[in-house]
Amino acid sequence: MTARTFTGGIHPAYQKLTAHTPIRDLPPPPQAVIPLHQHTGAPCHPLVQKGDTVLLGQKLGDTEAPVAAPVHASLPGKVVAVEPRPHPAGRDVPAVVVEWDGSDATVDVQPHPDPDDLDPAKIAAIIREGGLVGLGGAAFPTAVKVRPPEGTVIDTYILNGAECEPFLTADHRLMVENPEQIVLGLRALMRAAGAPRAIVAIEDNKPDALEAMAGATRGMPGVSVEAVHTKYPQGSEKHLIKALLGREVPSGGLPFHVGVIVSNVGTAAAAGELFATGMPLVRRVVTVTGRVKEPANLRVPIGTPFSALVEAAGGFDGEPLKVVAGGPMMGVAQYTLDAPVVKGTSGVLVLGPEDRIPEPTSCVRCGRCVESCPMRLLPLYLEAYYRAGMIDQTETLHAMDCIECGCCSWVCPARRPLVQSIRMAKMEIAARRRRAAS
Amino acid sequence: MKLVVSSSPHVVSPESVPFLMRQVVFALLPALAAAAYFFGPYAVFLVVVSTGTAVACEAVWQKITGRPVSVHDWSAVITGILLAYNLPPRAPWWLAVVGSAFAIIVAKQLFGGLGHNFINPALAGRAFLLASWPAAMTSWVTPFDARTTATPLPLLIPKGQELAGVAAPSYWDLFAGAVPGCLGETSALALLAGGLYLVWRRVIDWRIPAWYLGTAAVLGWILGGPRGLFGGDPLYHLLAGGLILGAFFMATDWVTTPVTRRGRVIFAVGCGILTVLIRVYGGYPEGVSYSILLMNLATPLIDRYTVPRQFGAPARPPRAPAARPPQTGHGHAHHAPAREGR
Ligand code: SF4
Ligand code: SF4
Repeated sequence: MTARTFTGGIHPAYQKLTAHTPIRDLPPPPQAVIPLHQHTGAPCHPLVQKGDTVLLGQKLGDTEAPVAAPVHASLPGKVVAVEPRPHPAGRDVPAVVVEWDGSDATVDVQPHPDPDDLDPAKIAAIIREGGLVGLGGAAFPTAVKVRPPEGTVIDTYILNGAECEPFLTADHRLMVENPEQIVLGLRALMRAAGAPRAIVAIEDNKPDALEAMAGATRGMPGVSVEAVHTKYPQGSEKHLIKALLGREVPSGGLPFHVGVIVSNVGTAAAAGELFATGMPLVRRVVTVTGRVKEPANLRVPIGTPFSALVEAAGGFDGEPLKVVAGGPMMGVAQYTLDAPVVKGTSGVLVLGPEDRIPEPTSCVRCGRCVESCPMRLLPLYLEAYYRAGMIDQTETLHAMDCIECGCCSWVCPARRPLVQSIRMAKMEIAARRRRAAS
Repeated sequence: MKLVVSSSPHVVSPESVPFLMRQVVFALLPALAAAAYFFGPYAVFLVVVSTGTAVACEAVWQKITGRPVSVHDWSAVITGILLAYNLPPRAPWWLAVVGSAFAIIVAKQLFGGLGHNFINPALAGRAFLLASWPAAMTSWVTPFDARTTATPLPLLIPKGQELAGVAAPSYWDLFAGAVPGCLGETSALALLAGGLYLVWRRVIDWRIPAWYLGTAAVLGWILGGPRGLFGGDPLYHLLAGGLILGAFFMATDWVTTPVTRRGRVIFAVGCGILTVLIRVYGGYPEGVSYSILLMNLATPLIDRYTVPRQFGAPARPPRAPAARPPQTGHGHAHHAPAREGR
């Protein structure tokens, strides 16, 4: 097995403090805050109201919109509020607040332990009803992803176990502890997409995960486990496809345009649980790490507030500076610990005062941002044009291709906030395109 | 509890501008030791004067123009050292002061300070001194005994050896630095040690010295000999004069060189070609400084025409961007304002 890769990228300090910490199940919190919008696409409408009693796994919200996924109760109890609440994405979102009744009363669920016997469309329907979305962070509805447009041929399903963000180990632990569940989920995903072949891609800094997944997939026709080079952003789907298959997803395109679907191993594990037990997506594994006393991998009900996670990890170790939902490279800084775990929450990272990012100084044109950009853009020029208000020039220099991985900002010795500027430029370009279209 | 809310990424590389600049200063120290050994303590004194002037000029200028004083970024220290390395070992001390002040104030600060200048300040300072005090800038001495002499560089020109009437120094003397020449450029050994350190630590891009030296060696072999084409001595071309200093420490100056990989190769090849052409055909034997300065001027153009093909793009980039964008300011309040929360 050779480690494969792509040009660009960086080698941050990996800080995988919890790589060998087994996943621990956290009991339900007294209250779960379950946002009605936990995926890319349209938000759900509530199906319950204040005062209702709900069961574990009961659907709380759904929508007719094509790109969406329903949300379910992650604990049984009473609905005490349906109102906007803080969401880890940074703004308030309508949410169903359920108070736990202390029981484990569950809705009737139907397992489908052998997805190979099911019709692909039926599998997609089960996945949709189960509320599955990508658990790697982007939270794209899985049922939509596995059924690309008519006429698309998918030849390879890539299971993304790279987990290249520093600090995060949720996927790593899942691969080590629950490889069979991941494999069951992968079988369902492959069948739904009609993919004859699958590659499980894992960074070569996780030998135990490579071994566990190789063991679990042994004898499965068309499925291989491959080590990829340890570097950030190896887990970016475009770069994983490039590294494994040598194909470049065209600018503005999606993986299915080159015959590939990429899903996170966490997503496959959730699919495995859904098919094995019939239980929809109501809990997930979250790495709680950084400046906490006992960094941990916790399996928690969706809707558990971050404060409960920090507490379960032994509390803050010193005065926190930032609390980030996700990894340090692409995660979102939180202003409140009331924000709950949502389907896309892979980690809660606490940073201390030593992680304060210094004030920027002038660009010294060292070119490090250029060298590190996995999309081969010129971040220093994108930033300079954006600051000069020359939005057309940022578009000419392909700002829209930026995947916001943060490599450029990470390497910049002048601490220039490059991604921030490029993100603003992208928003501006998108707004202009919308205006031009209307 | 107050939490800082800012945009990702939330961690940054430990390699800050001052850190990287300090690596360059470290890398310049072996050449200083060599200068002290070959030319005596006065050479070290010149370096100290030049560096002190550079730092003082930067600080005072920033104070009176009301800008944040940024001498702690170490860039003025590098300019001061490099300028001194370009002086004759017995240059009068005021030459170091004038050159350094010109480099910092005219070539750097008048353009807006670090990152905004488009030619290398130390080279600009040297060019200024050479134009204003040509005699003082070319009065060479031999190592150890400090007798007045000529540099071995004219020997590169066809018929140069007869003109100079001396035998060329041995490769070993050239490599070690036991030859007349500028204070900091004679010891290839010491400069290589520092330069390779910078390549190893990835402070500079290996492509620039590699392509610069490679081009100069090949072209020097083709054009540089006293007996017509393909008679040149590539090793002599590499070791004599300021080529190694220029290739590792001046042509790699971030601010004034291209940022794209292909651009850097073009830049370095251009420097190599110009260096040999000036050495062989020019009126002035040392081509390194002017080659780099000329290529500095071409840098915005090179960047413009070497935009990489972005990931997932069709084979050719559709359009080149306009020339160098306006520079960003001095670094205040560029981060999104931090929101403080519950
Ligand atoms: S990394 Fe920073 S300092 Fe270097 S060229 Fe890019 S923006 Fe400028
Ligand atoms: S954030 Fe965008 S510009 Fe910066 S390195 Fe990543 S893709 Fe390139």
